[in-house]
Amino acid sequence: MGHRLGDIELILTPQADGAIWRFALDTERLPSFARGIQDEGGQLLALWGSDDRHLGAGYAVHVAFLSSVGLVWTSSALPADNPSYPDLAAIFPQADRMQRATFDLLGIRAEDAVDSRKWLRHNAWPENTYPLRRDFAAEPTRQLDAYPFIRVEGDGVHEIPVGPIHAGTIEPGHFRFSIIGDRILKLEERFGYTHKGTEKRFEGLDLATGAKLAGRVSGDSHSAFAWAYCLAVETATASAVPERAVWLRALFLEIERVANHLGDLGYLGNDAALTFGFVQFWRLREDWLRMSAKLFGHRYLFDCIVPGGVAVDISEPGKAELNALADRIEAEVHELKAIYDEHAGLQDRFANAGIVKPALAARLGLTGLAGRASSQAWDARAQFPQAPYDQLDVNMGTHRRGDVLARAEVRFVEIFESLRLIREILGRLPAGVLYAPPTRMDAACEGMGWVEGWRGPVLVALRIGADGCLDRVHPHDPSWQNWPLLEVGTLGNIVPDFPLINKSFNLSYSGQDL
Amino acid sequence: MATHLILQKIFKTGIVSEPQPAADLALRTHEQQLHAEILKVFGQALVIRHIDAGSCNGCELEIHALGGPYYNIEGIGVKFAASPRHADLLLVTGPVSRHLETALKRTFDATPEPKWVVAMGDCGCGAAGAMFGPNYATIGPVREVIPVDVEVPGCPPTPTAILQGILAAVSGK
Repeated sequence: MGHRLGDIELILTPQADGAIWRFALDTERLPSFARGIQDEGGQLLALWGSDDRHLGAGYAVHVAFLSSVGLVWTSSALPADNPSYPDLAAIFPQADRMQRATFDLLGIRAEDAVDSRKWLRHNAWPENTYPLRRDFAAEPTRQLDAYPFIRVEGDGVHEIPVGPIHAGTIEPGHFRFSIIGDRILKLEERFGYTHKGTEKRFEGLDLATGAKLAGRVSGDSHSAFAWAYCLAVETATASAVPERAVWLRALFLEIERVANHLGDLGYLGNDAALTFGFVQFWRLREDWLRMSAKLFGHRYLFDCIVPGGVAVDISEPGKAELNALADRIEAEVHELKAIYDEHAGLQDRFANAGIVKPALAARLGLTGLAGRASSQAWDARAQFPQAPYDQLDVNMGTHRRGDVLARAEVRFVEIFESLRLIREILGRLPAGVLYAPPTRMDAACEGMGWVEGWRGPVLVALRIGADGCLDRVHPHDPSWQNWPLLEVGTLGNIVPDFPLINKSFNLSYSGQDL
Repeated sequence: MATHLILQKIFKTGIVSEPQPAADLALRTHEQQLHAEILKVFGQALVIRHIDAGSCNGCELEIHALGGPYYNIEGIGVKFAASPRHADLLLVTGPVSRHLETALKRTFDATPEPKWVVAMGDCGCGAAGAMFGPNYATIGPVREVIPVDVEVPGCPPTPTAILQGILAAVSGK
């Protein structure tokens, strides 16, 4: 199939229902290709590398672009000595941290990048050693981490360092605020604290264990990651998945979306001093989680999605129970929305806090839920629907204010839409088996999975070795590109509004620390 | 009027809190040196500082759930604090990542004696089947870095299990 993107006429290899396209690209043509994607309104979703020396090659840099034809996955081969590729952050700023992480983990350098500071590396491994290289064998360093923050200087400017251990039950990371009075002049993030060597851990795992690990890249997005991983495995091995399993996977993903949105709406109320909102939404969330535990054996549906299908089924009485709960939750969320809409104090805190204007969101690549709240109308379920979404006609929720209020509004819209989808899935669930073992391939094979998780697009790219075990897995969480927008979105706001703004994005630390 | 709607909703919802579970003493890692004196100091109130030492954030979901109305932990005297200096008990999740080893030790040192540590989650406890264990970036279970009194396995453990573990740490029986 031929497509024109930028200056390149592409012969694209379709994967996974034609939503994902694979393309081998010469390294020097990467920038012009990226510009072509940008010119037609596309985005860069992910950038990562691989050590392919054991396959008789050098290294490779991979990029996933979002474009009008779907997701384009480019792979560019790099030489084994001194591997480097042209900087893409000047075109897509969201590539900056991904490029720095790729250097930390693989020693593949983005040439002429403006920011070449380390990103994921603190002190767990020494400079000039790279954990994702096959021959990595370094010991942790014992020095304290030193990181050159960008300083703001001037009369009356001072810094507030926060974290890595935060004052609430949230994940660890460091925020460096430069403020004048109560106003934030600059916020700089420093992450990588929860770096667990996740990608290294995938190496050599069997396919079933890999699904469990993928689901724990970011626990709150378990179903999204597990499904994306399984899609990647099934694409790589050209395995067909039973229809009932495909529909149940969508059911799990929508259950996960509702659970997270309910929790966030509760916390948004709490952070604006409306404890009532927290208590009510978390009551509904608990009802929702308990229903999952009762019907599927796990409150967060862990390990329900497996390569080749799903591990649990739903019975007829189970469907009725879930339908009834979905009805009740919908009615109650309408009641609570009326209260949130009416509550002057809450609206005062939500409106105009943490604004990311649509133009800035487009320039910096804000994605997923937060992107949709800033007019970035991308939702893989609606635009590039893979089964079963191709039969479900998903309505995308968008808003153009780009503030905390807009991000809350999109969550409300998406709860109602997900509850509608859940009822529709339950009503149309095809009969049949839940599982068909993935095909065993004789040679190494590669695949990618793309799922619209509750936070945004989740990608998993992988290579299975000739031995049938995982050779290289890269999971990508949308938090990668959204975290920098939190830095920008808080500028000019007051420090006490930061927790509220942060919660309105609710980004994953573990998902980007890997 | 929001106030009217709020009051109506509160009245309609009623009280949903459930009775607290019994302490699960089987979760203790060793016989605790609990003095009557300590119990007298703390009475029925307990302040917890949560530390994420590298988790996948699955355990955090259940700690949050514990704060919801069904479990009503503040009603039984358990409260989460912002500073370790105000804490009686550290609730630690995750396999300890090397990048958080120092922060975890410092937080432990900043917590005044007497104190308890509850490690939770399969990774934090080093339970069989934990998805994250020792490697170049991860040290492993919490007990490898700071002393642990009670371990609550699970992926993630339910709010009830967490509460049972917390109560096991502080009950003298």
